[in-house]
Amino acid sequence: MISADFSTVLPELVLAIFAMGALMFGVYTGKDKVAPLIAWATAGVFLALALWIGLGGEGERTAFGGLFVDDPFARFAKVIMLVSASAVLIIGQDYMVRRDLLRFEYPVLMVLSVIGMMVMVSAGDLMSLYMGLELQSLALYVLASVRRDSVKSTEAGLKYFVLGALSSGLLLYGASLVYGFAGTTQFAGILSTLGNGVPLGLLFGLVFMLAGLAFKVSAAPFHMWTPDVYEGSPTPVTAFFATAPKVAAMGLLARLVHDAFGGIPADWTQVLAALSVVSMFLGAVAAIGQKDIKRLMAYSSIAHMGFALMGLASGTAEGVTAMLVYMAIYVTMNVGTFAFILSMERDGRPVTDIASLNMFSKTEPLKALALLVLMFSLAGVPPMVGFFGKFYVLKAAVDAGMTWLALAGAVASVIGAFYYLRIVFFMYFGKEGQGVESRMAPAQWAVMVAVAIIMVVGIVNLFGIQPMAAIAAEALVR
Amino acid sequence: MMVGLEHYLTVAAALFVIGIFGIFLNRKNVIVILMSIELILLAVNINFVAFSSYLGDLVGQVFTLFILTVAAAEAAIGLAILVVFFRNRGTIDVEDVNVMKG
Repeated sequence: MISADFSTVLPELVLAIFAMGALMFGVYTGKDKVAPLIAWATAGVFLALALWIGLGGEGERTAFGGLFVDDPFARFAKVIMLVSASAVLIIGQDYMVRRDLLRFEYPVLMVLSVIGMMVMVSAGDLMSLYMGLELQSLALYVLASVRRDSVKSTEAGLKYFVLGALSSGLLLYGASLVYGFAGTTQFAGILSTLGNGVPLGLLFGLVFMLAGLAFKVSAAPFHMWTPDVYEGSPTPVTAFFATAPKVAAMGLLARLVHDAFGGIPADWTQVLAALSVVSMFLGAVAAIGQKDIKRLMAYSSIAHMGFALMGLASGTAEGVTAMLVYMAIYVTMNVGTFAFILSMERDGRPVTDIASLNMFSKTEPLKALALLVLMFSLAGVPPMVGFFGKFYVLKAAVDAGMTWLALAGAVASVIGAFYYLRIVFFMYFGKEGQGVESRMAPAQWAVMVAVAIIMVVGIVNLFGIQPMAAIAAEALVR
Repeated sequence: MMVGLEHYLTVAAALFVIGIFGIFLNRKNVIVILMSIELILLAVNINFVAFSSYLGDLVGQVFTLFILTVAAAEAAIGLAILVVFFRNRGTIDVEDVNVMKG
């Protein structure tokens, strides 16, 4: 009944009330003077909720007549999103304060978008899927243009808004066709109608929805907004874009194809496989010519999304497990890398030039070593943890009989390794030039070093996330 | 002649295509893009209401109300971002949204 429904959505409810409370507190007290306080409180609330969901949740519950599902899959994704959002807030704090960007709206908008993401991965109906997606996207459009006086930031917001709205339109058109031809918006209902033949309209709807979601995960050929938005947004916001929303969109994609269209895997695995191949190669090739490290990370994230899609494209529980492990590793690596990118500056001004890293190992050997570990891990060089993420998705693809896809992935990762290793080359063997200073707050430094250590120590057993991801995938793929 | 489901779907599909083309072929003004987005969402609404009436199922109309609400919020945020962009750049021509090349 209704009280059981509310207890199922309690984490989202708590977060929503916190967002409104923080907004009121910010407006009626010192405005931007209390922003650091709100930001730290938000990071704390995120971590507390992650603990609560990760340790407290049990079994599978639905709320509001199937609109909202709380199962191990949703909980796994939620814990990754909450922890990464918290880490992004912590590493971005110093940057925001020193550049006078820390407005109290920033953490509040972040909370709102995280609520949207939590609804997305828990969606059990086309309606909750759409509402979660929009809550997340609308908050992210504003976050991209949070630096109101900068042409680049507002342009990034505008581009993100136009293409994001277009992708929502595509997704909705697909949702309307699915509703019309299946006769219901519930995922379980759609799945049960698949038994009596699949009308062409339903397939059209599915393809439109996949295209709309491909925009959100920035899979090629729907990636064109990514480099500009990554470059233009303030770096802490870029770090946020690269982590939690990607997990949410991937989780939503997995939920849609398995919960609603699990009966016809042959129809969507080929679409996902095509998206995966194009993303991997485009991400690997287009990143080579980049001079700006934020744009480079954008293409890197496109390539990584290609690998995560490969896990989904195998259409098995093993594939979903591999995707979840990959996303967890990807998010961790990105948090560490952005902790470093946020610290790059010269004469107090932020630099994002890759060439400025020349001979960085001379000035800061420890940070250079940590960045080396992160770059090796991003490239998937064994024995770093990033290699195991790639290994699991490739194995899932091979086990599902998609050897060609796995081979393409291996080739793309070799091409992609070039630009990560180029950064390492610059740091250790580059030529003398205008260097870069790296100013880090203690928390930021701790996050970066911790992530680098995780990338090396994690090879023992990946901190046991693989069995957890397997349980999560079992809940989704039946 | 009876106006049936297929007529509604045809109108909606036409509006949807016009909206998509409005975004990609328009070289003039960002406001036109905002209008095209509204057009796409309205096409979706027609689809939902037509299907809802055809199936005799109210869920489609509930969905339409949600879409209308979100479309209003989306337009508000889009215009707000556009105003901030105009303050910085002094123009809202599509050709001038090009500080970053992507």
